[in-house]
Amino acid sequence: MSKLTLCEMGVMDDYIQISGLHKTFHTRSGPIQVLKGIDLTVRKGEIFGIIGFSGAGKSTLARCINRLETPDSGSIKVGGVEILNLSKKQLLQERKKIGMIFQTFNLFEAKTVYHNISYPLEISKIPKPEIRKRVLETAELVGLSDKLNAYPGGLSGGQKQRVGIARALVSRPNLLISDEATSALDPQTTLQILDLLKEINRTTGITILMITHELDAIRYTCDRMAVLEDGKIIEVGTVREIFNNPLSRTGALFTKVFTEFQRITEFENGSGI
Amino acid sequence: MSLLDTPIWEVIKGSFAPDIWVRLVPAVGETLYMTVVSSIIMLVFGLLLGILLTVTNPDGLVPMKILYTGSGWLINALRSLPQMIMIILMIPVARLFFGKSYGTNACIISIAASCIPMYARIVENSLLEISKGKIEAAKSIGSTNFQIIFRILIPETLPSLIRGFTVAVIAVISMTALAGMFGAGGIGDIAVRFGYQRFQHDVLFASVYVLIALVQLVQWIGNFTSKQILKKRNLI
Repeated sequence: MSKLTLCEMGVMDDYIQISGLHKTFHTRSGPIQVLKGIDLTVRKGEIFGIIGFSGAGKSTLARCINRLETPDSGSIKVGGVEILNLSKKQLLQERKKIGMIFQTFNLFEAKTVYHNISYPLEISKIPKPEIRKRVLETAELVGLSDKLNAYPGGLSGGQKQRVGIARALVSRPNLLISDEATSALDPQTTLQILDLLKEINRTTGITILMITHELDAIRYTCDRMAVLEDGKIIEVGTVREIFNNPLSRTGALFTKVFTEFQRITEFENGSGI
Repeated sequence: MSLLDTPIWEVIKGSFAPDIWVRLVPAVGETLYMTVVSSIIMLVFGLLLGILLTVTNPDGLVPMKILYTGSGWLINALRSLPQMIMIILMIPVARLFFGKSYGTNACIISIAASCIPMYARIVENSLLEISKGKIEAAKSIGSTNFQIIFRILIPETLPSLIRGFTVAVIAVISMTALAGMFGAGGIGDIAVRFGYQRFQHDVLFASVYVLIALVQLVQWIGNFTSKQILKKRNLI
């Protein structure tokens, strides 16, 4: 909460600045305009949520930030660096400062948990003892110290995502992009992973960009949020503002769904989520 | 012993006679030599070509349409040649390398030339099995394409690559038997010279036993290794 007040006071710097971002996919059935001029600012150290229905362009937006997708036009600045002007070599360096976690975890099944986490450091040619130290540290942080020799194939969904988080964090990035990271997990595990993200945000000050269609996840985790609909940002604000004043159709719809959902769970459990 | 004047069980019994096996053992050695050397050449070039096909694929790491279409066309062209014709076509090439157009080493060239395109397609199939997400994860970490190929793509698809290699090695073995007709020596040579030209069917049977055993062994090794890897990774 104290962080939120800091945000509101405008003490925190902007970390991601996106302006005029356009992206069109050329498919066989014609061009599809996925991003139609996105302007967005994410502040340093905050957990920022982007919510929208499937096909709204959330993932494309996230993937433009580390240039897994190349936008047609616009500008993306991360920590003051213009991502869209980087040379190939600079891009590889810049990607090491942006961690990413995925809905399907995307772990390397040929590698043990240890080597999944150590891989980002190995390709950065960091000396072995240093790698070992940082892998152990990061594994401890995500609570996987006892699973280092296991292969991902033998882990539960929650554990897999912890490996994903550790792999994304081990090179000490300043930004973590979470692309529907909890969408494949059960509610209890989702809560644990969200707690972990909050904890990491609190202890390391890392900026987290959370892409999701799960309203509870945003409400539980984020400081500020944006609503994405049909390739445009239709609303930005603190989570509280948007929930209390849903002007947008998506916001209204989500809030309606959420209130309904809450009413049912309250009825069933005798308490909220 | 011939099936023309001897009942089949007598021929089968006769096929275990020591004098036949004394003749077969050096041929088995030649077959093994041809198989191993051809398989190694096939592995190296087939893997490289398979990687090229996968990487230059329009959805691949470095889409290069002309190279992809070109190499695909070349591979299809080579694959459409029957193996026997490939052996004949390779005679001048073998003469260039070894100074003669017959013999074990000369035939290795035609075996490799015939099996590389097939193996490249098998490699391509295996490499395409990897989920796009893993490649994206590797990219998001800041891996170079080289690192993605050798540290992610190949290790991740290794069990499938091994099974594919097994299939290809078995094709090599059958091809060594064919190459025997063209003076390559080996079991195929024995089977043709004694079993076909001189009606010594006991010798033919003995060479069939060896070929079956060889193929079974290769298949078993391939299955076992691939299964062990999957087990180690907790995937089965």
